[in-house]
Order: sequence, then C-alpha cells, then structure tokens
Amino acid sequence: MNASELRPRIAVISFPGSNDDRDAALALELLGAAAVPVWHAEPELPDVGAVVLPGGFSYGDYLRAGALARFAPVMDAVRDFVTEGGLVLGICNGFQVLCEAGLLPGILRANRSLRFVCRDVALVVERPDTVFTARCDPGQRLTIPVKHGEGCFFADEALLAELEHAGQVLLRYESENPNGSVAGIAGIVNAEGNVLGLMPHPEHAIDPLTGSTDGTFVLGSLVDAVRKARATSAAV
Amino acid sequence: MRATVLVRPKPGILDPQGEAVHGSLRQLGFDVDGARIGRVVDLEVRDGDRDQVRAELERMCEQLLANPLIESYEIELVEDS
Repeated sequence: MNASELRPRIAVISFPGSNDDRDAALALELLGAAAVPVWHAEPELPDVGAVVLPGGFSYGDYLRAGALARFAPVMDAVRDFVTEGGLVLGICNGFQVLCEAGLLPGILRANRSLRFVCRDVALVVERPDTVFTARCDPGQRLTIPVKHGEGCFFADEALLAELEHAGQVLLRYESENPNGSVAGIAGIVNAEGNVLGLMPHPEHAIDPLTGSTDGTFVLGSLVDAVRKARATSAAV
Repeated sequence: MRATVLVRPKPGILDPQGEAVHGSLRQLGFDVDGARIGRVVDLEVRDGDRDQVRAELERMCEQLLANPLIESYEIELVEDS
C-alpha cells in the first residue's frame, strides 16, 4: 500500500459558486488527508471518511444563502452519510447549506450591519470534547478569519435554549460579534455530534505566511478523527 | 392561473434591511414609523382545482419559498380572465 492510500480520504464538494473548495482541499492535504473533489451533480459520494461543504456562494445565494444547494443531487447522498453517522463539516456557505437542508438547526441571515465582514475574529472553543475540536484545550481561544454577508445565526428562544442545554454550541465569538449572531454563536453541531457548521474559515488559517494557523485545530481534529476511524475499521 | 406569494419576516424577527430603509425614509423627511422588507414571488401555475393548487403552493412555501423559522407567507390566487 502506498502512502496516498494510507491518508484519510475526505470529500470536498463543489457547488456552482463554491469558491473555497480548493483552499479547503489544500488545507486538508497539508494536514495529511487526501482531499477528494466531488461535483454537486454526483448522485453518490466516493468512499470517504468525512465530507466538507466549503464556502462560497452556491447558486449565487439566490432566494436565501444555501436554500438552493440543498436540492443538489449530491445532497441526498450527504443526508444518507449523515444518517449513517458520517462526519460532515460545513464552512460558511457550507454551514448555510446544512441549515437550509435541515441537517443543522437554525438559520443564517444577513449580518446585522448589512455589511460584508472580512477579518480575523477571536473565537472561544466551548467544547473541546468533540471530534471537531479534539485538538483544542478547554476554553481555548482561536483566531480564524470570517468573510461573509450572511453569517448572523438565528434560533428562536426555545431552540437557542435547547442548543445551549445540549451543548451544541461549539464555537462562540469571544468579544466582538461580527454579524449579530444570537448568543455570539460562530459554530454549532447537530444533536448527534457528527455535523459541524461554522462561519469562520479554518482553511484560511493554516499557514503562518498568511497569519494565524489556528484553523488547523479544527481541520486537524477532523483529519485525526477520520484517521482513527480508519485504523479502527482496519483492525476489525 | 397565476399566484402571488408574499414572504415576510415574522413579527419580532430582526429585519436590518427594513431598519435601514426606515432610517433612510425618515432622513428624506417621510413620517414613517417602521418598515419591514419581504419578498414577492409571482408564479404561473397550471389551472386546476383551487384547493389543490393552493395546497401545492403551500408545499412550495414550506419547502423552498419561505424558511418557516423566520418567515411567514401569504398566497394569493388569481384566475386568468
């Protein structure tokens, strides 16, 4: 078996209008994974241990951000993958798609300022005990950039209470809330814990040349989880 | 048959677009107490039983045209004359 076969395989889905798919793939490769590009029209997923829905403007953000991408053929396969317990990470537009698809609760709306924000933000890791944050320490601070016009996470009072109670809030803006999200929410997981959506872009924070490398805490945790799952299944 | 679907932000949901427009209208000197911004979708639908068409339009709203978490919708059916 050669080295590339040993690398954990992670799909990166491209919708028409995705624009961070290549950065996401590059980041995963640098972290030791094999990124497998998947076109949105594919009815099935290849043999992968996780799926990344990247940032961008799928279908031009028409109607509502993420509202049309959820009808892409590949999303049926993603839904099945999630049901089977597969790990799915949605970044920015990917987060919006997951919410619109009902794979994550809540919705992302226009930033309260109505302005596009593009800058580093400080985040607090609320839960280091998940597959997506396993490389983090309790209460760790991360600096990761955001770049979005529709990143204002909204959940009504009842849903918000439920999310907080169940510990589904993984990442929160530390002090300055860039978009008006309720409770400063930057990233949430589903109740089962196998789907994470976040507005900040970990794939843009992996190289000291461009600033912070804190994105590796999130993406590296995902790569570790897929590697571990492979080792376990290989041992069986 | 034609249908018009009005999609509105639900009461109590923050509407920054509406707030910005409200502010601008006041700046222009208009005495306006509030503005909320929604969306109009005009649809051409196949003629048929009104109740059935309406039920189908409701499914369209629930599945795509509105996000029930934050938006309400109203359906108007217009017979072609």
